[in-house]
Amino acid sequence: MMIPFRALVRKDLLLFFVDRRALLMSFAVPIAIASFFGYVTGGSGDQANAGKIFVLAVDRDHSAISREIVNRLSAEKALDVKPSTPLDARAAVRKGSATVAVIIPPNFGQEAGEAFFGPSEKPQIGVLFDPSHSAERAMVAGILSGDVMQAVSKEMFTGQTGRDVLKTSLADVEQSQGMSPQIKKPLEDLLRSADRLNRQSDQTPGLSGGLSMPYTTREEAVTAHENVQYNGYAHAFAGMVVQFGLFLGIDVGIGLLQQRQRGLWKRFRAAPLSRSTLLGSRAVSAAILAFLVVQVNFLFARFVFGVKVEGSMLGFLGVSAAFALMTAGFGMLIATLGKTPEATRGLSIFVVLIVVMLGGAWIPMFLFPQWLQKLTVVMPSRWAMDGLEATTWRGLGLEAALLPIAVLLLFAALFGGLAVARFRWEVEG
Amino acid sequence: MLEVDALKKSYGNLLAVNGVSLRAGVGEIVGLLGPNGAGKTTTVSMIAGLTTPDSGTVRIEGRPLSGDRDPIKRRIGLVPQDLALFDELTAHANLQLFAALYNLDGAAAKRAIGDTLELVGLADRAQERVKNYSGGMKRRLNLAAALLHDPQILLLDEPTVGVDPQSRNAIFDNLEVLKSRGKTLVYTTHYMEEAERLCDRVVIIDHGQVVANDTLQGLYRLLPVTNLLAVEFDSGQDGIDLNEIQAVPGVRFAKFEAGTLRVGLQNLATETPRVLEWLVERGHLYRNVASERADLESVFLTLTGRSLRDS
Repeated sequence: MMIPFRALVRKDLLLFFVDRRALLMSFAVPIAIASFFGYVTGGSGDQANAGKIFVLAVDRDHSAISREIVNRLSAEKALDVKPSTPLDARAAVRKGSATVAVIIPPNFGQEAGEAFFGPSEKPQIGVLFDPSHSAERAMVAGILSGDVMQAVSKEMFTGQTGRDVLKTSLADVEQSQGMSPQIKKPLEDLLRSADRLNRQSDQTPGLSGGLSMPYTTREEAVTAHENVQYNGYAHAFAGMVVQFGLFLGIDVGIGLLQQRQRGLWKRFRAAPLSRSTLLGSRAVSAAILAFLVVQVNFLFARFVFGVKVEGSMLGFLGVSAAFALMTAGFGMLIATLGKTPEATRGLSIFVVLIVVMLGGAWIPMFLFPQWLQKLTVVMPSRWAMDGLEATTWRGLGLEAALLPIAVLLLFAALFGGLAVARFRWEVEG
Repeated sequence: MLEVDALKKSYGNLLAVNGVSLRAGVGEIVGLLGPNGAGKTTTVSMIAGLTTPDSGTVRIEGRPLSGDRDPIKRRIGLVPQDLALFDELTAHANLQLFAALYNLDGAAAKRAIGDTLELVGLADRAQERVKNYSGGMKRRLNLAAALLHDPQILLLDEPTVGVDPQSRNAIFDNLEVLKSRGKTLVYTTHYMEEAERLCDRVVIIDHGQVVANDTLQGLYRLLPVTNLLAVEFDSGQDGIDLNEIQAVPGVRFAKFEAGTLRVGLQNLATETPRVLEWLVERGHLYRNVASERADLESVFLTLTGRSLRDS
C-alpha cells in the first residue's frame, strides 16, 4: 500500500508548489507581516529609535525653569520631543500625529518656586493626550513629574530665581507678626541655611544639582544568555508562523472538499484503498507542508533578522513537528465541518483568527483580562507560541518544550479523531 | 460479467434507486438511459462501491464487492461525470497518480500511461498542464485515467457531457475499440442518440426504477409502430380518406399533420410500396416521400408518458 500512499502525498506536495497563491500565503505573506511586526515592536535589539513616544513641548514661560524642564524631557530615551505652539499641539494630538503635548504656562517658573517654599497656589502644566494612548500618557506624566521636581529644586537652591524667592520669603518671615515663635525661628534658620548653601555652591559646583531621585535603576532584559538582547522578530515570526500554519490547515480542508466537489474523491474511493491511506496521506502531506512553513519562515528570520534557536534545537524541532501535526488534524476537521468549500472557508478563517488572537500571536496575552488569560490554555495556538518562544529567544531547554509538544499532540489527536469520526465516506448521487 | 440485483438506495425520504437490476457481459455495452435525476449516477456509484446500497447486490465476475480494499475493485474502472482531474498538473502527472492508486509504478505505470494516452490520442500532449486542454481533451483524459489498470468493467457516467461533436465521436471510437477488446461497458446517458449508437442493450430508468431492459430492437418492438412514412402532396389532402388508407395491410394508423400525411408502418420495406401504389391508383400524386425511424425517445414516451428531453 505504500505506492498509493506515496503517490497521494507526492501529489499534494506537487499541487502546493505549483500553486503561486499557496506559496505566497505560506512564505511571502507571513515573512512580510512578521518583518513589519518585528520592526514596530522593537526589532532585533536596537532600542535607540524603537517605540519612542512623540511629545510636543509648548514653553509659554521661557524661564530658566521651563527651559530646564524641556531640556530634561528632550534628554529622555523614551521620548521624542519637539517644540510647538498651543494651537498646533492641540491639533496634532487631535489628529493622532502626536501622542502627548505638554504645555508650560506663562510665569510657571516664578509660581512653582513660590509654591516650592510656601503655601502659594501651585501652577498647572497642561497635558494633552490622545485617549487611545492612555498608557503613554501615564508614562509621560511620570517622567514629567521627576523632571519638574529636579528643574524647580535646582533653580530654587542654586538659580537666580531661587535666590530672589528665598530673599523675599526670608524677609516675609522676619516681618511676620502673626507667626508663632516656635514656627518662625526654625523657618528663618531653614531659609538662612538655604541662602548659605547657595553662596557656597558658587564656589562648589557639585552642590548645584537640586533635588533628585534617591535611586537609579539597572535594567536588564532577561533573555537566553547574558549580553543577548531581546529580538522582537522572534515573537513576530512565531505569531505569523502559527497564524499562516493554521491558514494552511484551512487550505488542506478546503482542498479535500474541492476534491469531493470535482469528482476526484469518487476516483480515489473507486480504487482498492483503505480509508487510512486516503486520509492518512492527506494528513502526512499537510504536516510536511506545515513543518516546512515553520522552518522556512524561521530560516528567513535567522539569516535576515538574527533570530536564533537559543535554546534546545531538539525542542524547537519537536514543537514545529507537533504544531505541524496539529495543523494537519485541524485541516482534516475543517473538511468535515461544511458541505461546500465556499461556506466552510469563511467560517474557518473566522475560527483561525480568534484562535490566533487568543494565542497571543497579535497582542501580548498580559493585556487580556485574567479570565481570558486562563481561557487561552484551550487554544492550541497559545501552546505553539509558548513552545516556539521558549526554544528561540528565551533560550530554554528541551524540558520547557515538552509540555507544549504534549499539548499540541493531544490537540492533533483530538482534531484527527473528530475528523475521522465525522468524515463523510459515502459519495452521494 | 457484471450482475446487479434489486439495488435500492434512499436519501432521507427520497427513494433514489428502487430495485434496479441489470446484467452486462463480456464485450457488451449496456446503456443506462434516463432523464437527469432518474437514479443513473447513484446506481453507478453503488456498482463502483462508492455508495453502500440499502439492499440488493452487485457481483463482479460472480463475486460480491466487500469493503474498501477489496481487490475485485481492480476489475472496475470508473469514469465520473465530473472532470476528475488536477488542472494544475500535467496529463502525465495526473495519470501517474491514478496509476499509483492501483499499485502501478515504474515501468508498468509508464507502459500503462503510454498505452492509454495513445488510445485517447493525447500522447503528444502528455506534458501539458490539464488546465490548457480543451473540454474535449479533458474528457478523453478523464476516460484514460480509468483505463490505466486495464479494468474488465468500465463504468462511464455521462462521459461526453459538454463536449463538441468531434470529441464525442473520438470518445465513441475509443469505446468501440474497448468493446472489441472484450471489455464490459456500462454507459449512463440522457442522450438517446448516444445509447442508440453505442449500446447493445439499453436499460431505461425513470424515478429510480427500471422501466425497460432490452436490446434496441426489443425496445422498438414495444412501440405500436417502428417506422413512419411522411407523404406530401401538391394538391393538399383533398379527397384522401384516412379510413381507407388504414385498411391497407400493414398500416397501423394514418393522420394528417400540417398538410403532410403520416402513416405508421410496422415494416418499412414491405409496406411502403403498397401505400404508395394505393395513393397513385387513386390519383393522389405525391410530391415528396420521407421515412422516419422510431427512436428511444418514442420508446421512453410510450413507456412513461413523458418525453425524455422534457423530463
